[in-house]
Amino acid sequence: MGRKLDPTKEKRGPGRKARKQKGAETELVRFLPAVSDENSKRLSSRARKRAAKRRLGSVEAPKTNKSPEAKPLPGKLPKGAVQTAGKKGPQSLFNAPRGKKRPAPGSDEEEEEEDSEEDGMVNHGDLWGSEDDADTVDDYGADSNSEDEEEGEALLPIERAARKQKAREAAAGIQWSEEETEDEEEEKEVTPESGPPKVEEADGGLQINVDEEPFVLPPAGEMEQDAQAPDLQRVHKRIQDIVGILRDFGAQREEGRSRSEYLNRLKKDLAIYYSYGDFLLGKLMDLFPLSELVEFLEANEVPRPVTLRTNTLKTRRRDLAQALINRGVNLDPLGKWSKTGLVVYDSSVPIGATPEYLAGHYMLQGASSMLPVMALAPQEHERILDMCCAPGGKTSYMAQLMKNTGVILANDANAERLKSVVGNLHRLGVTNTIISHYDGRQFPKVVGGFDRVLLDAPCSGTGVISKDPAVKTNKDEKDILRCAHLQKELLLSAIDSVNATSKTGGYLVYCTCSITLQLCFFLRSLSSPHIQVEENEWVVDYALKKRNVRLVPTGLDFGQEGFTRFRERRFHPSLRSTRRFYPHTHNMDGFFIAKFKKFSNSIPQSQTGNSETATPTNVDLPQVIPKSENSSQPAKKAKGAAKTKQQLQKQQHPKKASFQKLNGISKGADSELSTVPSVTKTQASSSFQDSSQPAGKAEGIREPKVTGKLKQRSPKLQSSKKVAFLRQNAPPKGTDTQTPAVLSPSKTQATLKPKDHHQPLGRAKGVEKQQLPEQPFEKAAFQKQNDTPKGPQPPTVSPIRSSRPPPAKRKKSQSRGNSQLLLS
Amino acid sequence: MRPLTEEETRVMFEKIAKYEKIMKLAANISGDKLVSLGTCFGKFTKTHKFRLHVTALDYLAPYAKYKVWIKPGAEQSFLYGNHVLKSGLGRITENTSQYQGVVVYSMADIPLGFGVAAKSTQDCRKVDPMAIVVFHQADIGEYVRHEETLT
Repeated sequence: MGRKLDPTKEKRGPGRKARKQKGAETELVRFLPAVSDENSKRLSSRARKRAAKRRLGSVEAPKTNKSPEAKPLPGKLPKGAVQTAGKKGPQSLFNAPRGKKRPAPGSDEEEEEEDSEEDGMVNHGDLWGSEDDADTVDDYGADSNSEDEEEGEALLPIERAARKQKAREAAAGIQWSEEETEDEEEEKEVTPESGPPKVEEADGGLQINVDEEPFVLPPAGEMEQDAQAPDLQRVHKRIQDIVGILRDFGAQREEGRSRSEYLNRLKKDLAIYYSYGDFLLGKLMDLFPLSELVEFLEANEVPRPVTLRTNTLKTRRRDLAQALINRGVNLDPLGKWSKTGLVVYDSSVPIGATPEYLAGHYMLQGASSMLPVMALAPQEHERILDMCCAPGGKTSYMAQLMKNTGVILANDANAERLKSVVGNLHRLGVTNTIISHYDGRQFPKVVGGFDRVLLDAPCSGTGVISKDPAVKTNKDEKDILRCAHLQKELLLSAIDSVNATSKTGGYLVYCTCSITLQLCFFLRSLSSPHIQVEENEWVVDYALKKRNVRLVPTGLDFGQEGFTRFRERRFHPSLRSTRRFYPHTHNMDGFFIAKFKKFSNSIPQSQTGNSETATPTNVDLPQVIPKSENSSQPAKKAKGAAKTKQQLQKQQHPKKASFQKLNGISKGADSELSTVPSVTKTQASSSFQDSSQPAGKAEGIREPKVTGKLKQRSPKLQSSKKVAFLRQNAPPKGTDTQTPAVLSPSKTQATLKPKDHHQPLGRAKGVEKQQLPEQPFEKAAFQKQNDTPKGPQPPTVSPIRSSRPPPAKRKKSQSRGNSQLLLS
Repeated sequence: MRPLTEEETRVMFEKIAKYEKIMKLAANISGDKLVSLGTCFGKFTKTHKFRLHVTALDYLAPYAKYKVWIKPGAEQSFLYGNHVLKSGLGRITENTSQYQGVVVYSMADIPLGFGVAAKSTQDCRKVDPMAIVVFHQADIGEYVRHEETLT
């Protein structure tokens, strides 16, 4: 509760206490030599003694001061130093010039340390000898100053002014506290009293908080007035006040006014000052903390610096920079993160019309537009799709990274803008591109199977605020939702156009120039983008649920991470690997980038289910897929699952046959060792069969022979069902690359399988159980589980399995538990 | 507008052959939706003359036998579509015949466009400063001026 005795800790902040209370240290300084010594320069012994005397001056009166000072300062003016509290006696003597006498008696006086005359001189000496001390001493506060004033000592003009300033400060501080406690309804403009104005004169802009009267929320009537004739200066000031108050709401609030009233007022003021519509401003207020909000709005008023990208197909950045500098352009490399970017500060020639530009040596491109291409990292000889390519900056960047190899399909739905794409690509010498004019949503149908896809989703134009300020006001909820809907469709089409089994790719970068979660705005160029959080992350989250994709790190090591939760929404945790860029923090247009990796070409079915009995497990699958991905289990699993699903759906008949084959094999192989290899070998073929077993419930072909076994197996496949259903639901694709993945993990568990074989063999369900090890490793794990429960449990197991989260957890725990039981 | 020389023809078809792979992929795209494929060299007019576009400059410039360099002051004028006057002429390849197709360069060796020599090299030395020495055919300024018609 007491004041802190730490003299070095400086009080900061706009609050009263920082200004007013100087803390115990001010009193301590008088007593503790160490405190002031830190601040002052190294003093001579005499100076130190003088300082000590000064400190003790108030207590010990004039005596302690100054005799030592007298000696060194004989010839100085007889004007006394302001110095320290309580040197009252000697001060009066200052007026008498005693300099001449000084030297002689000085030696004696040192020891005496008294003498009013000497005090006067000493005081003066104090002033000159240790003017630095004077600074520290002056900080003691109004007390000494006021006392000095009363003394009427002759001071230098500067000292007098300084003292007056201190006095004003003190007065203002006192007044400020008085004002705060008043419950005034005055307008803010009516800054009362002498206090604040005085301080203003003295301090200039320093104590901005002091000269304000406590901000009072204008009553409702005044708000209406503002709407009619807003005075921008006033509004601006009010914005600053409210932000300051909200920052320290407990201390600065006006009684009787709630926080939401302040916020509403702030919102209106911001809308007036920056000309935003209410809706958009509300979104932004949700998104940013207040301090950042103002910065962001300010940043949106100013266009971002012009940046350009060197076309490495035709020149080098060094050469280009040299050539442009010769033409009179003031530029710099863009940053460590870009090897081809340049930022233009100013230029004496039009930067978009230099011969170098016309020759295609560079392209004007926003800095944030370079990021998605860097994240996508297209490799040579790949097939890339750029779904919304106009005006072609990103497309050409990709082409230059690929060194004109491979194929890029540049598509845009807007015919007018496509012309600029054609022009730009020709100019830059890009030869590996096909330009088409489709609606992006038609994509996988027209042509699919790309190694990588870039989707720079269109926005409703709110990204170009600095270009089209009307956007601030004419966007509302409907526009945003419409946009989000379009973006979701485009994203799904883009995902479907990626070939997950591509050797070098399988990636999709989704980016927008929007910062809103809800809205992804297209970044055209020097514009303030939107940062709607809800839609960016929301769209990405939607995609994660609907398709077999997962988020991967973008490879961009700067930028803010995406949101995993926002207000009442919760998003997938991997959204942390997305990136957001803001104009006020990164000095580039706002941007949102997410990089997906597609791990399976199958499309998870919606939860209608493929088979009757499989329905509960089918329902599990969509959740299981992301979970399995998130649980950092290898993508192999999912791939394997997906693959088997595909195989399942396609190969019903062969499955039956191989199923029988499996049974034959398993029957014949009672020995553990033999079963293991056969198991693993046949896993590929059997995997889909096994997985089809639960699915097989729906497939009539197998029914006669399979159903019995299926039913018996179903309990065993409890957790493996998940994998099975994963496979089930995957549309047929069937590439063998996935089976090895499945096989390898299963092999790790193969060692356990023989043991499992023993026990299952001993049981009635030997055949089927033998097949369990053939199943992918997951199934093997569950096999152990299943071995113990077996028959009686199938009815109980399946309903349990239908609940989604528990199965995921149980899977692992049960397998471990069971394995321990079995093996021990 | 001028017939392609043998060399230019060969070069053009070489380049086109490289597009085969891309063409196969582009076959998927229906005709009305395909906007551009590869690099457009030029277009055939209704009377079956072949008009060369500036977009072919990248490919033809390295193979140009006859070159014309223009002074920095005349660059801008040429980029606006004007012909080159003697006063703007910097260098010209020796033994350029009249009406020979040439590639126009800046003094920094940046190809600026195509032209036709209005005078042979010998004549260029004799003629007065305001005479036209190179007829303008295509220049890179068209990327900005004629974006719409670039194809």
